[in-house]
Amino acid sequence: MKFTTTLAAAAALALGLGGSAIAQTKAGFIYVGPVGDLGWSYEHDQGRQAVVEAFGDAVETTYVESVPEGADAERVMTQMALGGADIIFTTSFGYMDPTLNVAAKFPNVKFEHATGYKRADNVSTYSARFYEGRHVIGLIAGRMTESNTVGYIASFPIPEVVRGINAAYLAAKSVNPDVQFKVVWVYTWFDPGKEADAANALIEQGADVIMQHTDSPAAMTIAEEKGIFAFGQASDMMQFGPTARLSSIIDNWGPYYVERVKAVMDGTWASVDTWDGIAPGMVEIGEFSDRIPADVQAEAQAASDAIAAGTLHPFTGPINKQDGSVWLAAGETADDGTLAGMNFYVEGVEGELPN
Amino acid sequence: MLRLEPRQQASSTMRWLTPILAVAITMVMGGFLFAAMGKDPFEAIKIIFLDPFFHETFGPYSRSQLMVKAGPLILIATGLSIGFRAGVWNIGAEGQFVMGAIAGGAVGLALYPAEGIWVLPLMTIAGALGGMAWAMIPAFLKIKFNTNEILVSLMLVYVAYNFLAAMVTGPLKSPDGFGFPESRSFTSVDSTHLPMIYEPLGMHAGVMVALALVIAAYVMMERHLLGFQIRLTGESPRAAKFAGVNPAIIVAVTLGISGALAGMAGLFEVTGPAGKLTTNFPVGYGFTAIIVAFLGRLNPIGIVLAGLLMALTYIGGELAQLSLGIPAAAISVFQGMMLFFLLAVDVFVNYRLVWKKEVK
Repeated sequence: MKFTTTLAAAAALALGLGGSAIAQTKAGFIYVGPVGDLGWSYEHDQGRQAVVEAFGDAVETTYVESVPEGADAERVMTQMALGGADIIFTTSFGYMDPTLNVAAKFPNVKFEHATGYKRADNVSTYSARFYEGRHVIGLIAGRMTESNTVGYIASFPIPEVVRGINAAYLAAKSVNPDVQFKVVWVYTWFDPGKEADAANALIEQGADVIMQHTDSPAAMTIAEEKGIFAFGQASDMMQFGPTARLSSIIDNWGPYYVERVKAVMDGTWASVDTWDGIAPGMVEIGEFSDRIPADVQAEAQAASDAIAAGTLHPFTGPINKQDGSVWLAAGETADDGTLAGMNFYVEGVEGELPN
Repeated sequence: MLRLEPRQQASSTMRWLTPILAVAITMVMGGFLFAAMGKDPFEAIKIIFLDPFFHETFGPYSRSQLMVKAGPLILIATGLSIGFRAGVWNIGAEGQFVMGAIAGGAVGLALYPAEGIWVLPLMTIAGALGGMAWAMIPAFLKIKFNTNEILVSLMLVYVAYNFLAAMVTGPLKSPDGFGFPESRSFTSVDSTHLPMIYEPLGMHAGVMVALALVIAAYVMMERHLLGFQIRLTGESPRAAKFAGVNPAIIVAVTLGISGALAGMAGLFEVTGPAGKLTTNFPVGYGFTAIIVAFLGRLNPIGIVLAGLLMALTYIGGELAQLSLGIPAAAISVFQGMMLFFLLAVDVFVNYRLVWKKEVK
């Protein structure tokens, strides 16, 4: 009988271990670029690592990188859900419909879609108010440009990107009435070759400050080569442009990811729409370069502080649309709904929005 | 010194063994690569090649995705192989894929929200014509001005990408899409939704059409005069001329067929798996299909197997990322090795290595 008891104990132990393995929370992450893009996907993976750091063995994370937006994304998400993921972070705009489709098939799995606008009972959306960061670097760009031409590498003509262009332009214009923005649309989030071509084209058109809304540090590298200015995008990118880099907009997803995984563990997860900015730290302004004069640094810091304090809104009237019609009256600030669907340039931005 | 000498006659058994050998060498070298990254090589190879079929949790779903992924590759590669056997190098199937999707998609959007089973066939025809028209550009330039079809067809891929971007931000943009660059969903309307015929194996209507066309291509190439003329042009252009084959017609026909099949594949992709026209729906099937065509020895049956193998490495590769954390780039290297070793083995099938003292 002793043998049976031992066996039973062993079985109980095995079950117990099995039980704890099941209790471990699984979090999956899907990235549109490689984690080595040192931009967008890199920062999301930093967020994943923050989750690992916060919960240790209580959480298991998996990720799949360079997943094209569309049919392939749907397959990868399904495989993750089948693999037992409790929460899946889908970190690119183009994953929106695939996320919704897969979420409908796996009602017990929680989904978190970055930068989208469609939600469901088990699908949350989250994004950062990048435009707050654009305002700060826009001020710096306006002060630093000598040719009065700022080049802007834009990915897709979606509201998030258009908002960034408008915010940066308005800020630059407020300190330098002669400033001009030249925008190149590259229709990709991550293609270092195309991004570099766009940067070169903008420099040939006279730009001496470059901003980009794409994921690789290619533009920074070109700026360093050509001896002009640029800003880190999504990540600090200091190592790619030690002299060219003026500052950066850094996405900090860690705290949000930790909070959401915690909610799954506690059973308190609910579908929400999160849009955080500088104040809660989801958007960070990278250290200012010594090449920025002290008064300009102070001005940019003050703007950042004012945005964090809620006393400054980057979109405060009077602002006209590109066609000259009134958008915001003097003193009026833009509401989130309009910002979320922004599909027009503000007055003064040159060129036509692909529409 | 070492030299390569052409063999008098390449062994025909070896020609068929080459792909299998190439896959085996890829597994071994890939195993070394994974081991060097600190991953268990046997586990990795098992996950990539066996788990999509047999894994108890992933298997049933992965099996259903294999044909979905292989379908467009097989369809495009079948068209390409016809041209390749005639020595007509259409490298721009990706562009024809995109233009087919736009042409067929535009017809569907113009008819929206028409009901009826005739809508999808009409879109398919428009898709084939769209792809064919795009392939006619390099065909025309080659026939008229003797331009190089490799360059022209390849460059037209990038034109097609930009045309797609212009279409989905302009005329084909969904009116309900909040200004985002995408068309209406084809899958939300029954008449434009590619029907699934047999779900467990992922057999949607497009896959069925692809397999039917593979058989048609086989019959044409092996049993039909046109197929003979195409093969003759590729193997011996001079003999073909003496036999009265008009090379201009061969160029037009082969580019036309490959363009039409690629266009059809594009239309099936947007009405099925992708669901709508966006700037992201082309994920490089047109380029991968070139590998599939060669891996399949430009033979329709071989192409079906090669297409499945390629799809397997994609799906298995994702599983390997998920469960072993192998980076996506390593999976791409693994896929690239397959073509590299195929070509390498091919060299030794056609040539032999001889050691010769240099004569001074």
